Amino acid sequence: MSQPNGRGDPGRVPGLPPEVRRDGEPGWAGGLRKLYNSVVEEPLPDSFKDLLKKLDDPGDA
Amino acid sequence: MIQAMPERIKASPADEGFRLELLSVLPHLRAFARGLSGRPDFADDLVQEAAIKAWTARERYQAGTNMRAWTFAILRNHYLSELRRSRRQTDLDEGVAERMLVMEPDQEGPLHLGDMEVALQKLAPERREAVLLVGASGFSYEEAAEIAGCPIGTMKSRVARARADLARMLEGELDALDIKKRKTG
Repeated sequence: MSQPNGRGDPGRVPGLPPEVRRDGEPGWAGGLRKLYNSVVEEPLPDSFKDLLKKLDDPGDA
Repeated sequence: MIQAMPERIKASPADEGFRLELLSVLPHLRAFARGLSGRPDFADDLVQEAAIKAWTARERYQAGTNMRAWTFAILRNHYLSELRRSRRQTDLDEGVAERMLVMEPDQEGPLHLGDMEVALQKLAPERREAVLLVGASGFSYEEAAEIAGCPIGTMKSRVARARADLARMLEGELDALDIKKRKTG
């Protein structure tokens, strides 16, 4: 988490909401993180079932 | 194709921590693989194959070190070997933009994510990897250089070039959106 830089002036270029723009960075950089995070937040698809089953299975129990 | 699963995976108490850590990084591996390849199905195959490789090599992992960096390196190397084998890299999938448009409307930023995905796939592969590692995944330059197996100066240069490329491709659109937003309030 980035901290505010102190004096109340966020120093941002106006026009984009703060959640997609950190201080001094272009708006597309927030878009890149958002794209990435949108995949991170997806539930694992069904195709992962076999993998998860193998990893969940103690095997030698 | 997903390689054959090991016949049997033995779990020991020491393996349990590894297993949990590995499971926790799967969503990140998916995001990295999707960004690298631009192909959701191919990316998911890569992740599963990388996870099997990681599990098989778990004795080489030192507990308490960076599981995410370790598995990203495995996935990245696997991806490159797959590319060398299949030469899929040169074949930019025309379906990329369409797939990205299935994004929920409220997840869209002021920048259309489909535009970002298309721009990302237009980057040179080593720049795409660099900006995904540092700009999206949040690795330090040092970690990213280690994952990509290059000097840190090279990584910094790749990230800088990727950022310049993306800015060139995307900022025209953002400027237009900024103006529109200011007009509409």
